[in-house]
Amino acid sequence: MADQILNVKGLNCPLPILRAKKALKDVPMGGTLEVLATDPGAVKDFEAFCRTTGNELLESKTQDKVFSFVIKRMS
Amino acid sequence: MTKATNAKRMSMIVTKGSLDWAYPPFILATTAAAMGLEVSMFFTFYGLSLLKKKLKLQVTTLGNPAMEMPMFGMHIGMPNLVSAMPGVDAAASIMMKNLIKKKGVASIDELRDMALEADVKMIACQMTMDLFEYTKEDIIDGPVIGGAATYIETATKSEINLFI
Repeated sequence: MADQILNVKGLNCPLPILRAKKALKDVPMGGTLEVLATDPGAVKDFEAFCRTTGNELLESKTQDKVFSFVIKRMS
Repeated sequence: MTKATNAKRMSMIVTKGSLDWAYPPFILATTAAAMGLEVSMFFTFYGLSLLKKKLKLQVTTLGNPAMEMPMFGMHIGMPNLVSAMPGVDAAASIMMKNLIKKKGVASIDELRDMALEADVKMIACQMTMDLFEYTKEDIIDGPVIGGAATYIETATKSEINLFI
């Protein structure tokens, strides 16, 4: 279970990333944020976002057309 | 660039002010800022209108031969010629804005606010302001006013430079 959950279902690019970035600020260093999205583009985008920012993508999965990502705050 | 950091930088020249052309620069600016880049946007010619306090953005079918709208379960082309009919561009703009809302795409106002919030540096082109008779009062708070040299200085320090 992640420390915090962010629901961005129904939002399109680039809002899931922008909202996640904002939410990460409130997660303590080393803590986790789970993002729930319906934008299929978010799958590649969260990988790229984490690679570039140095945060760790612990999990990326799909269930019932909802994509969920668990990000560990590292930066 | 006031602070010396190791962050990568991106600069953009924004030259177009229609609803469709307003998206790429603001989407890329906000995303790059979220990914830790320092971002500068230089607004010149019709792009300058994107800094006006009240945005009234429209699309046009004119000169947009690839424009298609999803309607009645298919994609309907918008021939250049229909743009000459009164009300067509206004109708296409309303249609586009409805699609934007329906598909969860941010409005330009929202993206612009988020860009400012993320410390994206905006430069309004002085020459364009003179040319089209805009004053500081016409544009939002935040942008600095500068010219080509201001942009070039920023661009020489940027890893990514885009002309949109």
